[in-house]
Amino acid sequence: MTAVFLGIPTAPPGVGHLRGDRSFPDAAREALRDGQLRANLGHATSTIRAKRAAVVGELPDWAELREAGRAIKAATMARLDEHLIALEEQVTARGGTVHWARDAIEANAIVTRLVQATGADEVVKVKSMATQEIGLNEALEAAGITAHETDLAELIVQLGDDKPSHILVPAIHKNRAEIREIFLRTMPGADPDLTDDPRQLAMAARTHLRERFLRARVAISGANFAVAETGTLAVVESEGNGRMCLTLPDTLITVMGIEKVVPSWRDLEVYLQLLPRSSTGERMNPYTSLWAGVTPGDGPQEFHLVLLDNGRTAVLADEVGREALHCIRCSACLNVCPVYERTGGHAYGSVYPGPIGAILSPQLTGVEDNASLPYASSLCGACYDVCPVAIDIPSILVHLRAEHVEAQTRTTPEAVAFRALSKAMSSPRLWRLAQRAAGLGRFLARGKTTLPNALPPPVSTWTRTRDLPTPPAKTFTQQWAEEHRS
Amino acid sequence: MKVALFATCLVDTLTPQVARATATLLQRLGHEVVVPPGQSCCGQMHVNTGYRREAVPIVANHVRAFAGALSSGVEAIVAPSGSCVASIHHQQAAVARRAGEHQLADDAAALAERTFELSQFLVDVLGVTDVGAYYPHRVTYHPTCHSLRLLRVGDRPLQLLRAVRGLDLVELPGADQCCGFGGTFAVKNADTSTAMLTDKMTDVLSTHAEVCTAGDASCLLHIGGGLSRLRSGTRTVHLAEILASTEEAVTPQQSTTPAVTA
Repeated sequence: MTAVFLGIPTAPPGVGHLRGDRSFPDAAREALRDGQLRANLGHATSTIRAKRAAVVGELPDWAELREAGRAIKAATMARLDEHLIALEEQVTARGGTVHWARDAIEANAIVTRLVQATGADEVVKVKSMATQEIGLNEALEAAGITAHETDLAELIVQLGDDKPSHILVPAIHKNRAEIREIFLRTMPGADPDLTDDPRQLAMAARTHLRERFLRARVAISGANFAVAETGTLAVVESEGNGRMCLTLPDTLITVMGIEKVVPSWRDLEVYLQLLPRSSTGERMNPYTSLWAGVTPGDGPQEFHLVLLDNGRTAVLADEVGREALHCIRCSACLNVCPVYERTGGHAYGSVYPGPIGAILSPQLTGVEDNASLPYASSLCGACYDVCPVAIDIPSILVHLRAEHVEAQTRTTPEAVAFRALSKAMSSPRLWRLAQRAAGLGRFLARGKTTLPNALPPPVSTWTRTRDLPTPPAKTFTQQWAEEHRS
Repeated sequence: MKVALFATCLVDTLTPQVARATATLLQRLGHEVVVPPGQSCCGQMHVNTGYRREAVPIVANHVRAFAGALSSGVEAIVAPSGSCVASIHHQQAAVARRAGEHQLADDAAALAERTFELSQFLVDVLGVTDVGAYYPHRVTYHPTCHSLRLLRVGDRPLQLLRAVRGLDLVELPGADQCCGFGGTFAVKNADTSTAMLTDKMTDVLSTHAEVCTAGDASCLLHIGGGLSRLRSGTRTVHLAEILASTEEAVTPQQSTTPAVTA
C-alpha cells in the first residue's frame, strides 16, 4: 500500500530542524541527569497543567467544542487543495501575493529573495513554528540578513544561542536566574543591576525590542489560522510583540504550513475558544491579530503569504497518521506528557517535541529519519485526553511503530524474537512449552523471591533498576487444568 | 453466571496468584468459573511494539480459545488487567481488519463486547461493591493509565476497596501519573521509564502504605520491581488478591512481608 505514496516527498534533510543528531533514548539519558532542567520543567508544566484544567473545566460544552474542532479539521483536510486555492484567490484579490513552497529549501529561498528585494538587512519576527521548522533564521543569516526574534521566550533562546524546547514556551527549560544571566551577558547596554525579578526581566526585553520594532522595515510571521473564504490571516499571541511586527513594518511576509487553512470565518469561533484555554490556560487570547491582504495607508503595504508543504502532503496521504495535521499547536499534550516533563524538548531533536512532535516529526521527515520518536511514549494516553481537537496520539504512535518495523529490509534480533513469540502465542501447545521455558528461570534465583540483578541483555535493561520476581514452577492455567481434570 | 477467566499471558506466567484470586473471588460470589485451556495472550505487546501483522495470529488464537467458551454457555469473559481488556476492545478487531481478516475482526469485536475488566465486571455487570472481603492493611491505589483513560473504570476500584473490612485506604498523590511501565517502553527507554518510576515510588512511599494496589499486574510488576529493588517495606498486591481475601480464607500471598528480605 505504501508503494502508492512513494512519489510524495517528505521534508528534505540538511535544512531546518526536524531531525536530531541522536536517538531519543540517548538524548534523554543525558537530559534526565540535569537536575536544574528537571526542576524547571516540573514546576512549569505542573503550573500550566493546573491552569488549563481549571479553565477547561469551566466550559459545560467543552466536549462539543472539541468535537467541532476535530470535525472541522477532518472536513478541511479532505478538501485541502480546494481550500488552499480559494485562500490564494482571496489573498490575491486583497492585494497580497501568494507563494507556494514545496519544502524548506524553496520556502527559505522565497523569503530570502523577498527580503533582499526590499533592501533591508534585518527583519523582526513573530514567534513561528513553521519558520523554526525550515531553519529560516539560518538561511537569512547566510544571506547577510539578521533576524530578530521578538517573542520574549524566543528572544531568550536566541540570545542564549540555545534551541527552543517547547512549542509555546520555547525557554521553558530556563528559570529566571538563568534568564537574568543570559540578558546580562548578551544584551547590549543591559543594566548591570538587573535582578531576576520577572518584571525587571520583561522591562529589559521590552527596551531591547522596542528599538528593533521601530526601525524594522520587514517583518516575518507564521500564522495560526488562515480563512479561505475571506483571505484572512490570524496570529494569536500574548505579549503584543506580534501586533507590533504585523502593523509597523512596510513589508510583511507570512510563512504558513498548508494545514493551517480553515474554510470559513465562522470556524474561528471554535478554535479561538479551544486554543487559549488549552495552551496558556486563559479564557481569551490577549492579542488576536487578523488581516487580509493590504490596506492603503494602514499597516504593511506589501504582504506575501508563503504556503509551505515540507512533507505535509505526505502526512495527508497516510489515512491513520493524517490526524496529526489537525494540530493547532496549543502544546497541551507537551504539558501533560510524563515523558516530556522529565526529558524536556531538546531530547526529541526536532522543533516539534512532546507527543505531537513524536507523531508529526517522523511523518514530515519519513519515519526512518526519526525512528526512535514513535517509541518515546509509555502510551499513557494523557495527551489524547487533553488534545482540543481530539488527535488520537497514542494510536498514531503505535501506527508509526508498525510503519518503522515494516520498513526494515534486514531482520533485526528484535523482529526474530517477536516473530518467535507470535508463533508461540498462536499455538496453545507451543505456548505451554514457552511458559515452561520461562519457568526454568526460577533456577537462576536459587531459592530467592527475585531473579539476580545482573542478567544478560535485553533483560538487563529491566533488571538494572527493577527486580523481576522469580517465575513460579507452574502457571495458573497449568494448575487449574490439573485441578479440573475430569 | 458462567464466567470464562482470561488470565493474560503475564499473570499466567509470572504472577499466577492474581488469576487464582480472580477465580476464587468470582466463585465466592456464586459464579461458575471456567478457564479455557487454549488461551495465551491478547496481542497487545506485539501491536504496541509495531508488530501488528504478527499480532494477527495471536488475536486469532485468543478468539479460538474463547469463542468455544461462549458457545458452551459462558456469558462473560473477565480478565484481571485493564490494559489487556483495553487492547481487546480497541486493538484486536482493528489489526485483524487491517490485515484483511474481516471474519476474525467481526469475531474479535463480538468477543470484546462480552469481555470485562474485573472492577467493571463486579460493579457494572454484577452490581456489587461489597464483595465481603477482609484485608486489614494500609493500602494505596494506583489507577493504571489504560484502566483510567481507555476503559474509564473511574472510581469503581475505589468503591470496591472502600467496602473491604479492615482496609485503611490512603489516597495516592499524583495518582493519575503514569508509572513508566508502558510495555516495551520500559526497556526501549529504560532511563525515562525509571525516572517516571522513581517519581511514582516517591508518591507511593509518601503514603506510608503497606501495599500499593492496582488493576493491572504489569504496572504492579514495574512499581513492585522498583520498590523491591529499594528494599522498601511497601509491596504491590493486585486488586483481585485484596478482594479475594476474607477472614476465613486469607490468600497465601496476603502477608505484607517485602518481596525481598534484607
